[in-house]
Amino acid sequence: MAYTAVRGGEQAIVAAERLERADAGERLSPAQLVAALPYAVDTVIAEAGLYAPELAALALAQARGDLPEAAFLLRAYRSTLPRVHQTPALDTGTVRVVRRISSTYKDVPGGQVLGATRDYTRRLLGSELADAEVAPDMELGAAPEHDGGGLPKVTDLLRESGLVSAPAATEEAEPYDITRHALRVPPPRSGRLQGLARGEAGALTALAYSSLRGYGATHPTLAEFRVGHLPVLVEHPHAGVAVEIGEIVCTEVETVQHDHGGGDQLELGYGFTLGRNERKAIAMAILDAAIEAGNARAEGPAAPAEDEEFVLFHVDGIEATGYVEHLKLPHYVSFQSSLDRLRAHTDQEEDR
Amino acid sequence: MNVRTLLDTPVPEPGPAYNYAFLDEGTKREIRRAVLKAVAIPGHQVPFGSREMPLGRGWGTGGLQLSLSLLGEGECFKAIDQGADDSVNAVNMRRLVAAMTDAEPVTDTRAATLVQSRHRIPEERLRPDQTLVLQVPAPEPLSWIEPRYAQTQRMHAERDYSPMWLYLYESIARHGEIAVGANYPVIVDGHYLMSPTPIPRWDVPKLDRAPFLTLLGAGREKRIYAVPPHTSVVPLEFEDYRFQVERFAQPCARCGATDAYLDEVLDPRSGETVCFTCSDTAHCELRRTEAQR
Repeated sequence: MAYTAVRGGEQAIVAAERLERADAGERLSPAQLVAALPYAVDTVIAEAGLYAPELAALALAQARGDLPEAAFLLRAYRSTLPRVHQTPALDTGTVRVVRRISSTYKDVPGGQVLGATRDYTRRLLGSELADAEVAPDMELGAAPEHDGGGLPKVTDLLRESGLVSAPAATEEAEPYDITRHALRVPPPRSGRLQGLARGEAGALTALAYSSLRGYGATHPTLAEFRVGHLPVLVEHPHAGVAVEIGEIVCTEVETVQHDHGGGDQLELGYGFTLGRNERKAIAMAILDAAIEAGNARAEGPAAPAEDEEFVLFHVDGIEATGYVEHLKLPHYVSFQSSLDRLRAHTDQEEDR
Repeated sequence: MNVRTLLDTPVPEPGPAYNYAFLDEGTKREIRRAVLKAVAIPGHQVPFGSREMPLGRGWGTGGLQLSLSLLGEGECFKAIDQGADDSVNAVNMRRLVAAMTDAEPVTDTRAATLVQSRHRIPEERLRPDQTLVLQVPAPEPLSWIEPRYAQTQRMHAERDYSPMWLYLYESIARHGEIAVGANYPVIVDGHYLMSPTPIPRWDVPKLDRAPFLTLLGAGREKRIYAVPPHTSVVPLEFEDYRFQVERFAQPCARCGATDAYLDEVLDPRSGETVCFTCSDTAHCELRRTEAQR
């Protein structure tokens, strides 16, 4: 009776869960995880769409390092929270920068700020070897934090010289919120950006990579790449003025590329994530530009990464992992129904 | 649940610390509004702001959101998966609903006020005072033919279902008959083409002019649709190639039913079919108890 024995029953489920937890080892505290695995925590924050480092760390511990699972735990928890306030649109020009790179100009006004990164060192496995690479007695300068006001945005400089078009006046009174409405197609731009910002980092990277490799042919340059602290404002309920309630770490990327149609201006791509997610923010900017190009083509998207519906419906990690893994559930009934059709077909063949 | 409590509790469990029925009140209201619209336009997929649930996407989050937004005091909740109350996903649903609401978990179909199901409609005829909630993996029947949502919306608006008819015709041309297993496409109320979810063809006639309300929830795809009571549900068929339900060579080995959908049981060693048993375990159990009397 193997087929029916697969049916779990309450006890089997509880026992299976106990087994999973049995060898969990020492549980790390959220604070420890935030310090030790900041990139993992930030991945979870961005994909969950909830800026809560300690809760993300808790989810990470509970998911035992499974990142999509941790993002899923945090998002499910997010469903229980009422919405208290809405911030006005935040000006990312006010970011206190800890990292800032432009690959368009060597002497970019404000300078290149490498900040803390392992981008340009050799990746040797083993901490001792890696430490030896970095001069231990080197004197580090003051924390390279810049006042946002002191750092002009590269895209603004490009705009002033007429190289990129001014952003189209927004037609949306309020941003389209895909956590409160089903995504409609084609979505308003705010819906697209939100969908990409919450997308799974690996999925975004793969699709952006396909575009760079020639499936749709995006060839962007990083006008500016920033990681920093963004002050969050809300409008005071009585005074009516914007009040700063805290800061979030964010990553912002703006890419430029020359228009496919051979226009006289550069096309922009925009990427933004909660937390420090550099790879993902770059991928997002590439996809934003690719989708924009796909929408502009008279004959429609030329590649998967240019197809807005294709990209937005498939980059969400919670949806993708859930549905792929649902195949682990029993499918006895529909399989039996397929068997019935298959046998009917076989019988018919034999009759011939 | 308070964020600090959550951080300080090593393994937080769902319980009274969460809002009643997990979702916040505004969300439940939003879902009930979508339900009203779905009932008003039978078979039409109503988009809604589907929330992430403490359950995988594609594991019944649409059905669960419907149930949680409807279950109040005095309700009796039955969950089945593949017809069985003790199947893994059904058990999980029942545990969650029991922890989050006041609804009483039951297995007897007759006692339930709300039946949430994956892939089956109970054999027991449901009454007008009962509601059936079906979990929907893929709400769009036209997705076999056209994966683009922008396109399928247009096709529904224009009732352009000829590609689906052509699909069935091609199936006949290739296989000698309509080779659709579960999830057989139907027309609701003479208008919308609808996916009845992967219920077997056996269950499709149960929806036609049924006295009860059927709500269908697709969490991942963010759609709710409905078959209100006494609404026609007609499977697509040709005059010379009729819609057919599944046939079984033997009766149920446990209760002897010849009028129920059966699961095939294989011999674990030889892999040969040993017997067939009822897929609806509660119904099978009931028949056996009644036979013993």
